[in-house]
Amino acid sequence: METHEVYAIVAVGLFAIGLAAVFLCERFFKKIIATKILGGGVFLLLVSIAERDALEFADPVPHAMVITGIVVAVSAAAFALALARRIRLQSGQDRFGGEDDA
Amino acid sequence: MTALLLLKNLPAWLVILPIAGGVVTFLLPPKARGPAGLVFAWLTTSLAVLAGAVIAGGGSLSHALGGWPPPLGIGLKLDGLSAVFILMTGLVGGVVSFYARVYFDKVVENPARASMFWPLWLLLWAGLNGMYLAEDLFNLYVVIEVVGIAAVALAVLSGKNPAMVAGLRYLLAAIVGSLAYLMGVALIFGATGALDIGLAAAALETGPTAKIAFALILAGLMVKTAVFPLHFWLPPAHSSAEPPVSAILSALVLKGTFFIILRLWVEMFGVSLTFAAGQVLGALGAVAVIWGSFQALRQQRLKLVIAHSSVAQIGYLFLLFPLITVPLGMAQTPDWTVFAWTGAIYQVLAHGFAKAAFFLGVGVLVIAVGNDHKDSLLNMVGRLPMTTFAIGLAGVSLIGLPPSGGFLAKWMLLKAVFASGQWWWVPFILVGSLLTAGYVFMILRLAFAPALKETPLRPVPPGLQACALVLAIAAIVVALPAEWVTGLLEGTSGFGNAVEMISGGGEELP
Repeated sequence: METHEVYAIVAVGLFAIGLAAVFLCERFFKKIIATKILGGGVFLLLVSIAERDALEFADPVPHAMVITGIVVAVSAAAFALALARRIRLQSGQDRFGGEDDA
Repeated sequence: MTALLLLKNLPAWLVILPIAGGVVTFLLPPKARGPAGLVFAWLTTSLAVLAGAVIAGGGSLSHALGGWPPPLGIGLKLDGLSAVFILMTGLVGGVVSFYARVYFDKVVENPARASMFWPLWLLLWAGLNGMYLAEDLFNLYVVIEVVGIAAVALAVLSGKNPAMVAGLRYLLAAIVGSLAYLMGVALIFGATGALDIGLAAAALETGPTAKIAFALILAGLMVKTAVFPLHFWLPPAHSSAEPPVSAILSALVLKGTFFIILRLWVEMFGVSLTFAAGQVLGALGAVAVIWGSFQALRQQRLKLVIAHSSVAQIGYLFLLFPLITVPLGMAQTPDWTVFAWTGAIYQVLAHGFAKAAFFLGVGVLVIAVGNDHKDSLLNMVGRLPMTTFAIGLAGVSLIGLPPSGGFLAKWMLLKAVFASGQWWWVPFILVGSLLTAGYVFMILRLAFAPALKETPLRPVPPGLQACALVLAIAAIVVALPAEWVTGLLEGTSGFGNAVEMISGGGEELP
């Protein structure tokens, strides 16, 4: 098995773990970490597809996408953590529940 | 000369101007943000009107950013379909901006904090225009994230705990949705080596990769569009935000990702669509129509009624997909696809105006009475007649009574459903309207009922009631320029087209 195939399989595994954890974990903090694992899977897949038969060198476009993606993901995670922290300080709440109407 | 340059670069200006406005208002001191923000908002509205006027003559306007053509550069394209969405965003956005200017200046407890509305809203607007113009899958990911994060930040603007919790739920759903989308884009890039929608679609082959990629993209975008059963985040987030923000989130933000789904469905998904794919989307929409309306009927708080109503009204949009997905060899022949397209686009317009009017109107009520419980509606007709009238008109359009925009939308969808032989959607459309009539008349009945004990009303700043009324009237009269709108749409390459499915189900259609 070639290296990029290993990467791709691990990427799908991370994606699945992250997705399951977002729904299964209860605490805000764990949910936010789960989205990071999910994102790690996506970025690893992007890195792995940089090796392509048609090219002799690694394709730079996926790398550019990963860099952009990481910046976006870091900002989103920082925002989510700030929100979770503020909720904790305001009400002591660290998980969803009670306010659900849907 | 400058006018010519503006026209040539119009697609780029539609994104750059609101971004510039966002940065400028962010740098200004809080007191100056409102006036400056309103100027930038109305300039963006003017550009949107200009975009509509330019495209009305037919054709489309393409722009390669920085002079780099795709595949290396990023293309923007303004066509009839994107012009209609941009125009709707511009008109609703212009009125909501005026409301926000007055509301955040006069009503909220902490105007300095609330002034952050302006940078966030202008950034969100730039992202929405970007969604309607982008020709590139990764560029779409970036604008999806811009809109998602700005929308959540707006939703938690009040800083109150229920809004914060709802906002975090919204943010987590948005992150998962956009990462699923990006995973799909990665698979498509791996298979084709292209990110430009046209180039990727041309290179994509039928197979498991395409199917998995489309499933991921579709699921991710459906979370963002709040399609049943992925709508769980919407009611708390939309109902706990400030009134102008609720109006923006419900009327405008949901339409952005719907546009992307529609665009990709027609231009890219063709290689692996089956009869079942269209039917599943239609079924989710149909269930959303019933479920959302039923939930709306049960709510005690008005903002929750309206938020659940959004789930239902978005459901109607997804009836488009089964109607434009036809057996192989039939593309462009069936005449019902134009009805289906017109119906869905009119549903976008009518819901955009009506829902914004509804949220702004209830915002006025909350200022006057202090809460949005159903009982605060009592004798509203005598005390806030203009707002009651606005909510009534918006309700007429949501139900789909003639001659409103909502009527045209539902009538066209019904016509398409009958012509296509997919009669099983009929009960959902009709029962949905009946349930909508249920909650609209519940609101009106309370508004006309005498109050047992009249609490004095707090003063409502002038102008706010008029904003709600203007949007509600727009939701009715939007049906009048139907010919102009369809003319605009018919210039679009994908408009009225059907997508051929690759296999199965051919015998189930007449």
